[in-house]
Amino acid sequence: MSGVVDPFVMNLTVFVLAIFIGYHVVWNVTPALHTPLMAVTNAVSGIIIVGAMLAAKPEEMDVGTILGLVAVALAAVNVFGGFLVTQRMLSMFKKKGK
Amino acid sequence: MSANFVYLAYLVAAVLFILTLKGLSSPMTSRRGNMFGMIGMAIAVLTTLSLTHNVGLIVLAIMVGGTVGSVVARRVEMTQMPEMVAAMHSLVGLAAVLVAMAAFNNPVAYGIALPGEMLHSSNRIELFIGTFVGAITFTGSIIAFLKLSARLSGKPLRFAGQHWLNLGLGISMLGFGIAFFLSPSWTPFLIMTAIALLLGVLLIMPIGGADMPVVISMLNSYSGWAAAGIGFTLNNNMLIIAGSLVGSSGAILSYIMCRAMNRAFLNVILGGFGGGEAAAASDDGVQKTYRSGSADDAAFLMGNADSVIIVPGYGLAVARAQHAIKEMSNALTSKGVKVRYAIHPVAGRMPGHMNVLLAEAEVPYEQVVEMDEINNEFADTDVVLVIGANDVVNPAAKNDKSSPIYGMPILEVHKARTVLVVKRSMATGYAGLDNDLFYMDKTMMVFGDAKKVVEDVIKALA
Repeated sequence: MSGVVDPFVMNLTVFVLAIFIGYHVVWNVTPALHTPLMAVTNAVSGIIIVGAMLAAKPEEMDVGTILGLVAVALAAVNVFGGFLVTQRMLSMFKKKGK
Repeated sequence: MSANFVYLAYLVAAVLFILTLKGLSSPMTSRRGNMFGMIGMAIAVLTTLSLTHNVGLIVLAIMVGGTVGSVVARRVEMTQMPEMVAAMHSLVGLAAVLVAMAAFNNPVAYGIALPGEMLHSSNRIELFIGTFVGAITFTGSIIAFLKLSARLSGKPLRFAGQHWLNLGLGISMLGFGIAFFLSPSWTPFLIMTAIALLLGVLLIMPIGGADMPVVISMLNSYSGWAAAGIGFTLNNNMLIIAGSLVGSSGAILSYIMCRAMNRAFLNVILGGFGGGEAAAASDDGVQKTYRSGSADDAAFLMGNADSVIIVPGYGLAVARAQHAIKEMSNALTSKGVKVRYAIHPVAGRMPGHMNVLLAEAEVPYEQVVEMDEINNEFADTDVVLVIGANDVVNPAAKNDKSSPIYGMPILEVHKARTVLVVKRSMATGYAGLDNDLFYMDKTMMVFGDAKKVVEDVIKALA
């Protein structure tokens, strides 16, 4: 074997392993918390904000940077909305969760 | 900042996201888990921010979006959670499409092409996948949002040749994808994006209201895959890991929902059910008789029971009776009655929805029992109060092989000694089926608005 590993192969490795982790972790989520699970995964999928920020990165503004900035704002709705609404729901379970 | 440092920070964030999901295995650890998620996201965002030049504008964009998100999160009613979640899926989808367009516009800025070079061929495939999954998520979620918020009829929209049309569109989208692969230019890219946007609408329109828990889980999954797809394009592990976690979470929820409704996933996706086709299947023309009673009768029966199980359905939430039902169970508990709640996995409009609604009404967590755990106990229960639920307690799912819902797991309330059913009328539920439970000798129907009936019961108990 020789040569450099293609980035695609590295990505695929990470991708497959992450799916395995997701699969095992999510099956352990209690059914009572499936709605908070969906809300928090909504926030986590707001990770697209990282891609959006990179799109808005270049110094000179063009179509791409503007698209990136719009995407940053959209993803930020998810990040803030998702985590906060999850927090709100979970605190309802906590009050008398003892 | 060095690339190595950036990737190590992403690794920390990824681990925190995994801990977030792990925390949800119990209500005790869930809040800490959510906190981990916020920290993880903050690390990912701050690290990425350090790589950019337009810090001011980006922070401004985050503040704009963040404010909207925070306000919505604070104001949204728990009954509206499904709509909010659907709306948020659509934002991720749209953001993925925009990022893909930006990446195609200037691949050099992303470090996925050298100056003067074209986008690499493998990146083109990934870009195509990320874009069309994002586009379908975007418009599909909008339709789901409109259906869930009743701005659009929950009835499935079907027409002849629908599946062929979708297939044709899918193939032409793939065709333009190949054209894009062979010679990357805006024309095929935009055409395939437009087709994907249209497909998102067409795929969700034919799915009925009763199947919404599956649809919303599926779109949850798609939004994750879209993020992962973009991660492949940008060679960004952070996006790939977080996207895959979300993608597999949504896929598992879809599976759980399908199982709870005894429906094949493909069957749900291809549409149907939940909209009246199956209606009147069991109407044999014989006038069946049922027994009805008043709220006072119900109060008497429950007040003198040793154990009561309450089966709440979405009708309870629609009538905003969660708080009243909590008060009623308090009144019963103080009379020495053992009260519990039985939850069917599809009670509500999204997975786990009923649990949240009851938690909001401050129903103690330990009184709320999932279907598998409580089904053995109905036989030893004096009174079951079914309120705003119908199909999930229909014994036909167990006994009648010809029933469209045969095989669907149900709450076996018909085994209890007495069954009280609070309903507005004898109308059928989502599946459009008559329910033999209502005509059993041990069943008493209490007609009226759920909240009104429960309030009357509380008065009678006092």
